[in-house]
Amino acid sequence: MSTLTNITLKVWRQDGPDEQGRFETHQIPEIPAEASFLEMLDFLNERLVAENKEAIVFDHDCREGICGTCSLMIDGRAHGPQHGTATCQLHMRTFASGDEIVIEPWRAAAFPIIKDLMTDRAPLDRIIEAGGFITAATGGAPDANLIPIPKPVADASMDAAACIGCGACVAACPNGAANLFTGAKIAHLNLLPQGQAERFQRSEAMVETMDEYFGSCTNHGECEAACPKEISIDVIAVMNADYLKSKLKNRKSLSRT
Amino acid sequence: MSQTLRRGPVTGTAVKKPPAKNKPFLLDLYATAVGKKYVMAITGLIGIGFVIAHMIGNLKVYLGVVNEGGERVYDADVYGEFLRELLVPILPRTYALWGLRLLLIAALILHLHAAYTLTLLNRKARPVKYQSPRDYEVANFASRSMRWTGIIVLAFLAWHLADLTWGWVNPDFVRGAVYRNLDASLSRIPVAALYVVANVLLGIHLFHGTWSMLQSLGVNSPRFNQWRKAAAAGVATLIVVGNVSFPVAVLAGVIEFDGDAITCCVEGEHK
Amino acid sequence: MSITLDSKIPEGPMADKWSNYIASQKLVNPANKRKFKIIVVGTGLAGASAAATLGELGYQVEAFTFHDSPRRAHSIAAQGGINAAKNYQGDGDSVHRLFYDTVKGGDFRAREANVHRLAEVSVNIIDQMVAQGVPFAREYGGMLSNRSFGGAQVSRTFYARGQTGQQLLIGAYQQLARQIGLGNVTLWNRTEMVDVVNIDGRCAGIVTRDLLNGEVTSHSAHAVVLATGGYGNAFYLSTNAMACNVTAAWRAHRRGAAFANPCYTQIHPTCIPQADDFQSKLTLMSESLRNDGRIWVPKNPDETRSPDQIPEADRDYYLERIYPSFGNLAPRDVSSRAAKRAVDAGQGVGPLKNGVYLDFADAISRLGLDVVWERYSNLFEMYERITGEDPRVVPMRIYPASHYTMGGLWVDYELQTTIPGLFCAGEANFSDHGANRLGASALMQGLSDGYFVLPYTMAPYLSEWLNKPIPDTSHEAFAAAEAEASDRFARYLATNGTRGPDHFHRELGKIIWDYCGMDRNKAGLEKALAEIPALHDEFQKDLNVTGSDTSVNQTLEKAARVDDFFELGMLMCQDALVREESCGGHFRSEHQTQEGEAKRDDENFAHVTAWEWSGDMAAPIEHREPLEYEVMKFQTRSYK
Repeated sequence: MSTLTNITLKVWRQDGPDEQGRFETHQIPEIPAEASFLEMLDFLNERLVAENKEAIVFDHDCREGICGTCSLMIDGRAHGPQHGTATCQLHMRTFASGDEIVIEPWRAAAFPIIKDLMTDRAPLDRIIEAGGFITAATGGAPDANLIPIPKPVADASMDAAACIGCGACVAACPNGAANLFTGAKIAHLNLLPQGQAERFQRSEAMVETMDEYFGSCTNHGECEAACPKEISIDVIAVMNADYLKSKLKNRKSLSRT
Repeated sequence: MSQTLRRGPVTGTAVKKPPAKNKPFLLDLYATAVGKKYVMAITGLIGIGFVIAHMIGNLKVYLGVVNEGGERVYDADVYGEFLRELLVPILPRTYALWGLRLLLIAALILHLHAAYTLTLLNRKARPVKYQSPRDYEVANFASRSMRWTGIIVLAFLAWHLADLTWGWVNPDFVRGAVYRNLDASLSRIPVAALYVVANVLLGIHLFHGTWSMLQSLGVNSPRFNQWRKAAAAGVATLIVVGNVSFPVAVLAGVIEFDGDAITCCVEGEHK
Repeated sequence: MSITLDSKIPEGPMADKWSNYIASQKLVNPANKRKFKIIVVGTGLAGASAAATLGELGYQVEAFTFHDSPRRAHSIAAQGGINAAKNYQGDGDSVHRLFYDTVKGGDFRAREANVHRLAEVSVNIIDQMVAQGVPFAREYGGMLSNRSFGGAQVSRTFYARGQTGQQLLIGAYQQLARQIGLGNVTLWNRTEMVDVVNIDGRCAGIVTRDLLNGEVTSHSAHAVVLATGGYGNAFYLSTNAMACNVTAAWRAHRRGAAFANPCYTQIHPTCIPQADDFQSKLTLMSESLRNDGRIWVPKNPDETRSPDQIPEADRDYYLERIYPSFGNLAPRDVSSRAAKRAVDAGQGVGPLKNGVYLDFADAISRLGLDVVWERYSNLFEMYERITGEDPRVVPMRIYPASHYTMGGLWVDYELQTTIPGLFCAGEANFSDHGANRLGASALMQGLSDGYFVLPYTMAPYLSEWLNKPIPDTSHEAFAAAEAEASDRFARYLATNGTRGPDHFHRELGKIIWDYCGMDRNKAGLEKALAEIPALHDEFQKDLNVTGSDTSVNQTLEKAARVDDFFELGMLMCQDALVREESCGGHFRSEHQTQEGEAKRDDENFAHVTAWEWSGDMAAPIEHREPLEYEVMKFQTRSYK
């Protein structure tokens, strides 16, 4: 079992949403390479509590890379240096003894800092509430095999549906845009036959809600690189195409009423 | 768009506000960032079309002198006159050209307005920057410098018009004498260097612009997606190579105005 | 409040009970639904689906989650799939067979009528989730694909890659989001329930704490639903998420809700073993790996060679040896105990000698690396991400870990606890799995409770309260509960000891794991019952919580949750002690066959043990609900 020594952490501390933040430096003299990044923070927090200091606040929960609660900008990258990996699945063996690691919260107008490294990502929920669903009242569904869905279509939908809603795309985007998140949800539902009835309403409502909170996409591709589920920016193209169509179609249906 | 933390229970977030008066379709589309990107993409496409046509037209300088209606003239000059005479029996002279120019001007203004408003939006979307250095993984120089390459190319465009359309900065300027003006302008080494630099920046702008345009327009086909970046690189390379060849050719003496070689200058005037 | 356990099982033959119930239950007319306020605590599969459906029906729903978003609930981490008696494969599946498998898999300690209802609605769940856009795996013809899972002889498990729980939760969350958007459901995020308030013998509401600013607030309602998950984190190390806790259920228990079968905990055999003392949680590796992996340990406890250097003759493929017919696919509890025996005998592998090998070398040489990689690549990659070892080269190391808890709040057929007006759904209740849960049944139960059971079974209770006033939060009982909760949090902050809550959680978890884990006995349980109160005393004296109660304080949140785990831990051990038999996840070493298998005692223990809080964690009051089997006949589970 190998051990890392002399890790220096520069961690962002901020007492509240409107307070001035600052970097705080902590030394980790020794940590097993098998420890996860968040276990290293747990360890630091236990030490801070023992020293009668306040523990560093950060969001985390499942630690299996699926719930999307964890965040953190580690050394300038959302979810840290390892590709296709959420912060909670990042392990210390990715780093080397003597490293200085800088940890910042995610920054975007839509993600105000609550405290230390914890941010509020509620606008992502607002986008889903606007149209990220298929209306299907409980109890009235037809037999599940009534509509065959070609495997490639189901697979493409699943690729997009893998999104864990962590917000890394927004954090990594130089413009603070949420197009990958919104595109993934639109692609997931719009590709499926069940999603066709509300396809254009959905696309319009979700894009316009996204617009209230986030920046715009300039097609850098940073979101795709940061995404722990490696969702392709092709979903953004799907969203763009469907948004234009929805603008045309929704107009048409309106003019008939 | 604020950075204040809102607290409290959430409900009714998707209840429709009473619909505002219906805006015209295009204005409505333009109201969102995705719509603005459509405008960026379509006006950009017009720009790319213009730049490619402009370059192909300019390649006429390599054809040198031709015999036209009994006069020996530079082919490039003939081409210039052709543009002015475009659609002449249907429209009066220069009308079609002005129509195209107006389209380009409108596209340019829209492109600039969309870029400006989106930049403001993006600034507001992250009012507090990251306090530690970012480690970008795929955002490249082209994509990150779009604003700067755009502004520099715009400034160059102004110079270029002043140089070869209006002649303000070209002491030897003769209206309509395309070949002669080109030679006169690019024979000055600093000017030639400016052209080279500006065109390389234009190429960088178009490399990201072309790829970005395909993405913004929602061009997405699993069969062709892998070629999008290559297509963008191809367009950019074509334009840079074509356009940079002119100052190089002038300085190398391949393009050299020779008053004795021609019998007529443009617009029917004998020299 | 005295407890009577009336299971309210409807009359009639087993197969007709649920339809009879639906046909004859009292209803609330659509115009009147608006008059009822329902609180749903928790937004996992059960909570989100219940809140969405109740909102859709027209009730005023208030949903509470301590997460930032409903989509974070730990239902999201389920990998394998969801069972449904669809018989799409034409392999002889039916509602009855699913019912049969579930009762048998639960070792005859589940309530038949509930299980039958679960099997009936399983069919609707798949229809519902597909209609909502869950991208289940498909065949090339476009039809839904199925896989088989442990404890069943048919293929009835629907799945979405290795992320079925995620896709189902997102499906339910999207329905909830729709209702929030429409204004039918009000969502309180980052808000933790800290108490239940009873007035005049019925549940009148809850007390919550805002995790962002520590504000303690009351909420009144006509009925409250707890869908707050299981208590597996009592073991400290488990596959549960870090925030999973028992607080909501436990606070309800302290207010009068009976807690049933707390000793029924499921240990999953294939998790990645603990790597170091810093470890905060364990990660599950899907059971499907046992289809191609062979489990072994070195015969010699002092083995020092690397696994590839150990010849066949020096390896012990213990599952294949002891259970020749099921081999590496022996059920969860059986293979877990076998792994424990091997490790306890000193044959464990890995740096800490705390695992057993799950070796793919044979499968790779038989099927080729490509085939094995295609089947398990996502699991292999996850394993490598966590351990840094490539299972294609080095055998995987696995060890059992706490994974699911079958016990929970006692509920009747209507999912109502012993407090009228307080309902409980999903893993938080005890109802459907008996002493052992089969794979791919947890998702099924959560969605069944939320979508298809509660919306019907709450109506009879609610209809009694039509147009009758209910106390609002100005009632003194709310004020008293708020004060009690505030005092509790103030006390944690004021203890000013030397050790944080994690330290105590780790110590507590170790006691519970050692004495009330995979293998239990009287002496050990009595030891635990002595050690836990001692540790709890220390906790009360030496706890250190820094920070304040006016902004986010995760240390404080943790302290309160650990406090409740102490009391729960006591009850788990007491329950394990009085259940003098082995069944499902509860294995008492005094009660085993000569071959070391679980020995059930149907004569004396075919009942649910439901505990009443007495005010003293050392002296809970035991109640029993006898289990009567109308359809099933007791039989011994055998996997030889």
